Amino acid sequence: MDKLFGWLFGSQPKTTEKAMDIANTAPLTEEQLKTIVSNQNPHFDLQQLVSAAGQSVGKQRELNEDSLLAITSTMAGNSGNLPFGLYVVADGMGGHQFGEVASNAAIRTVAGYIMKKFHPYLFQVKSEPMDESFQELMSAAVNEAQRIIQREAPGSGTTLTAALVIGQQITIAHVGDSRAYFVYPDGRLETITRDHSLVQRLQELGHITPEEAENYPHRNVLYKALGQGDILDPEIFTLAFPQPGTLMICSDGMWGVVAEQDIIRAINEAPNLQRACQNLVTAANTAGGPDNISVVLAQLIG
Amino acid sequence: MSNHEGQTIIYLIRRTPLETRLFPELSDDDKGEENVVAKSQLQAGAILAKRYAIQEVVGLGGMGSVYRARDMHFPNVTKLVAVKEMINSAPDPLVRETIVQNFEREANLLATLHHPSIPKIYDYFTLESRSYLVLEFIHGKDMEAVINETNGFLPEEQVLTWAIDLCDVLDYLHKHQPDPIIFRDMKPSNVMINSNGDVMLVDFGIAKAFQSGIKGTMIGTEGYSPPEQYRGEATQAADIYSLGATLHHALTRRDPRLEPPFSFAERPIRRINPAVSPELETIVNQALEYEPANRFKSASEMRDALTSVARKTGMLVRMGPKTGPIKSEGIKPLWKFKCEDEIRGTPAIHQGTLYIGCYDHNLYALDASEGKFQWKYPTDGGIVSRPIIVDGNIIVGSEDKRLHVVSSRSGKVVWTYYTDGPVRSSPSIAEGHIFFGSDDNHLHAVNLNTGRMAWRFESADAIRSTPFVMSEMVYFGCESGDYYAINFRGEMKWRFRSKRAVTASTVGTGQAIYFTSVDGTLYALDPRNGWVIWRFRLGKSSISTPCIADDLIVVGSADGFIYAVEAKNSKEAWRFRTEHQVNGSPVLYKDSIYCGSVDGSLYCLEYRTGRLRWKFGTEGAITGTPLVFDDVVYIGSTDHHIYALLA
Repeated sequence: MDKLFGWLFGSQPKTTEKAMDIANTAPLTEEQLKTIVSNQNPHFDLQQLVSAAGQSVGKQRELNEDSLLAITSTMAGNSGNLPFGLYVVADGMGGHQFGEVASNAAIRTVAGYIMKKFHPYLFQVKSEPMDESFQELMSAAVNEAQRIIQREAPGSGTTLTAALVIGQQITIAHVGDSRAYFVYPDGRLETITRDHSLVQRLQELGHITPEEAENYPHRNVLYKALGQGDILDPEIFTLAFPQPGTLMICSDGMWGVVAEQDIIRAINEAPNLQRACQNLVTAANTAGGPDNISVVLAQLIG
Repeated sequence: MSNHEGQTIIYLIRRTPLETRLFPELSDDDKGEENVVAKSQLQAGAILAKRYAIQEVVGLGGMGSVYRARDMHFPNVTKLVAVKEMINSAPDPLVRETIVQNFEREANLLATLHHPSIPKIYDYFTLESRSYLVLEFIHGKDMEAVINETNGFLPEEQVLTWAIDLCDVLDYLHKHQPDPIIFRDMKPSNVMINSNGDVMLVDFGIAKAFQSGIKGTMIGTEGYSPPEQYRGEATQAADIYSLGATLHHALTRRDPRLEPPFSFAERPIRRINPAVSPELETIVNQALEYEPANRFKSASEMRDALTSVARKTGMLVRMGPKTGPIKSEGIKPLWKFKCEDEIRGTPAIHQGTLYIGCYDHNLYALDASEGKFQWKYPTDGGIVSRPIIVDGNIIVGSEDKRLHVVSSRSGKVVWTYYTDGPVRSSPSIAEGHIFFGSDDNHLHAVNLNTGRMAWRFESADAIRSTPFVMSEMVYFGCESGDYYAINFRGEMKWRFRSKRAVTASTVGTGQAIYFTSVDGTLYALDPRNGWVIWRFRLGKSSISTPCIADDLIVVGSADGFIYAVEAKNSKEAWRFRTEHQVNGSPVLYKDSIYCGSVDGSLYCLEYRTGRLRWKFGTEGAITGTPLVFDDVVYIGSTDHHIYALLA
């Protein structure tokens, strides 16, 4: 029976551990380790973009004022199939139902604007080269959203963190305190956006420490939001997609609640992105779920 | 509920579970009221209170309009007044009452003030749900409009005069009895400049009662507010900070509402506007100190400091700004060498020998340490390209349509390769091949050992840019504006069109390639597929090749500027003005940028800030690119000389 179980479940003879201790085996080289690791990971010879998303109203709110959009595709073209992705998280505010209107309008306007521009490249046989750069496109989309929100929900506001992925380029448009991260398989996490919040600004200036920031009374004050102010100046920048690595965009219902270490673990230990999203949302709710939760994950594989 | 005119409060409070109902009124009501206002504005010709004939709307605020009106009690003269209206439509009676009290507070406050920079109040009254203030009409514009409508920077003495007057009126307010008055909303749009050029402070409508209400409601106005205003403190020091912010905006034209809060220190005035005197910059910086205690103790102290600057810099008898930290006479070349014609190309160095082509048809070999002549090799045309050295051979293109390969030891020809047009493109080497463009509209790939053509690629026009080779791809532009990415077999992978010629060469990283065009744009493209990541508008056309300095892309333009642009977000980090076109290319060595200008000077700039370290004047335009090697800069000039300078 022992043998049978051992065969079925791969349990090892009891003596192995001892033998391992004294065994003097040749260590694997870095190269060999890399090959083994990469063989375990999914691989495509043409690069593929994959994504997953998760949302929850949280445990303490009745309304969901977050909005989320995730589109993943490839653009067929002469120089191969180019990964195409558009991921947007918006966290509405304003203290009443207008927060929801604002985040909704932001998502629809930004995504609508960009998809219209890419329509010829995704769905038409003939297309002229685009006469705008990625960054100009994102800027125009955000300004359009600003105009629409001021018209449709005057006085309200929303955060907006949008990522346009074309090939290996990620172009981010960012206003407010939703965040974009790169999470690497070696356990590093890099915040690639900067919160437009008072508490963040005071930390940047060195007037309060990260510890003081945790308990700062005005943690929820933003100095920049979509829909607010005469002049909007979104942060727009382009980075290379981390390979290997995961792009994560989330609202503060996620990053403000779940510790960085837990975020990293949830992503790196999950068998796939869908499960990783599920784990992240569960973690935020387990921690009390004080706010709406939105998260998008994307990876470029190959 | 504040009556900031035409302004939206940009500080928003994020909702937390416990604070659900605290804040919507502020910004919502501002917006909501605007609609009401638009619908119920007084029309021109309307007579208010049987006395004020409305002429036109001159301003729009959150709570009502501001009109220009004529006072009919003076039938024989035209006496103009400003009528400031406040429509009180708050549904809550307590709020309504507070609004009226606040309005009367402003009226009573103004009635007690007598200062040339404060508008006189003539009257106030309430009609049903509307209250009106009748004020002195100011012929003029607000400072924000003046800043926006000025081309370039405002003259320092003008800003200095305003600053002194604003300190004077703040001092008057701060010394008010029985209680000091804190203006709290100093910003360019609240400062009117009248037809005499004098400043007038307008909008005394900010009332403390509105701000000290519920904790965490509105805690500041845009960009100009000091940090302590977030804690609900308003002191004289806060007004001084806001005045500092106002002056910073006026001197730099950088609107603080577009920048992160408290970031003035990141935008030093003289870096943006070097014409400002260091003395004035110091004063503005002190007013903008983060800690209130480090600012001027009073407005009068600041005024005294400003007055002494005015005296020192001769405000009325304007002294020119001091330019250039180091005079060019201070720099002596290590050596110089004279050729027989202009040098427009770029040198190369190899094993202690400097090689440079000249319009006099020769390729020169000079001893790099002393500038001693070693040999020259004659071609049949001028040389404008940069030589390249491989395996002891110097390779250079010439106007004589040939690529010349010359032995570095003997200075004798090894072989030449003919094209059908002048060769102005500099060669690049990869995988045993030489890649270069020609005015015969082809990119040539030539075997390095045999001197035979491997292939040539036909482009739409003459190729004068140097091919850039990266990851088995060759990138180059041509004079039609077409830009190509071809592989090592000469097959096109993608193509991009700029609007005008791409004469400049490309630089790049795995993430992006950068080049300029005569269409006045610096482009960042994805090297794999040619999609445009960003575009940066230069003032004029450019044939200057960019240089990558960490995360900055540095490039020159025919508008005379050297620009530094952030690779990540295409924002301008700095720009430096030379006296003429910048057609040569900047290079980075250690932490300095070296770049020549048609004004004849070679500039050395600190690469992070664009601050001038030194400049060296030659007798002719510099159009080539400097070479920096072992702490020595080599640069050719159209004055026929090549110079060696200590870097």
